[in-house]
Amino acid sequence: MQISARHLDKITIFDVSGDIDLATSPELRKALLRELRELRMPRVVLNLKAVRYIDSSGVASLVEGLKASRDVGARFVLFGLNTTVREVLQLSKLLKIFETYDSEEQAVAP
Amino acid sequence: MAAFAVATGARIDVSRESLLLRMELRSNPEMLCVVRGALGQLTEKLGFPEAECRAVVLAVDEALTNIIRHAYCGHAERPIELSFRRIQLRRDGARREALEIRVADRGVKIDSAKLCGRPLEEVRPGGLGLHLIRQSMDTIEFRRKNGRNQLRMLKFFQVTEPQKDS
Repeated sequence: MQISARHLDKITIFDVSGDIDLATSPELRKALLRELRELRMPRVVLNLKAVRYIDSSGVASLVEGLKASRDVGARFVLFGLNTTVREVLQLSKLLKIFETYDSEEQAVAP
Repeated sequence: MAAFAVATGARIDVSRESLLLRMELRSNPEMLCVVRGALGQLTEKLGFPEAECRAVVLAVDEALTNIIRHAYCGHAERPIELSFRRIQLRRDGARREALEIRVADRGVKIDSAKLCGRPLEEVRPGGLGLHLIRQSMDTIEFRRKNGRNQLRMLKFFQVTEPQKDS
């Protein structure tokens, strides 16, 4: 998994690529929680277009990000969900709890 | 002829089996992507539709993740064995073919009561792995034998209707 951060005004955008699994999800979790809990960014956006695979530990990291955002009153937004990611979130019955968009333009819109 | 009871209560008789692949690995999370890569190719070669290839890969990955986290408590050097067989069996009177996957570890005994998963209405991290396995495979069976946790999963091949002469 590769993860890099961009900043757009008061929005942090994480571009994630590769596989999010037991080996890599701790890095994603750490990055999300730092941005939300420590830096108190009002909106954290996750670009998942280039994610090839996500497992339950990856989904758990997303849920932790969502919970952290609710705790601090921030928005946690996902976009670019491909079939693989969408399927796993649907199987987990968690797709609906996330704020999701097709494009980055929509995800960062005011 | 071997037989086992499936979760649905139906009875399946195994009549023939052939080994496709056997793997022995350590409980290192870094190896998960290697297994997924091999299994993705195997399921594709076997002719499963794309969505079912992804389902089988997910189920095996989740089974390995559970072993690493729960049976081996995160220790990265413990043994895990995987085998993949193409089997023929009778199910409800009809002959079917399936991919049989067996996963075994020598970790701590898993409490059967915990194998029911958790209610998905609870929005919290963790506890999703078993649910994803159940959603992805047609049958799963767990047992503890000779100091080993053994998980057996089946994915049935789609039945192709015989072509009618025009």
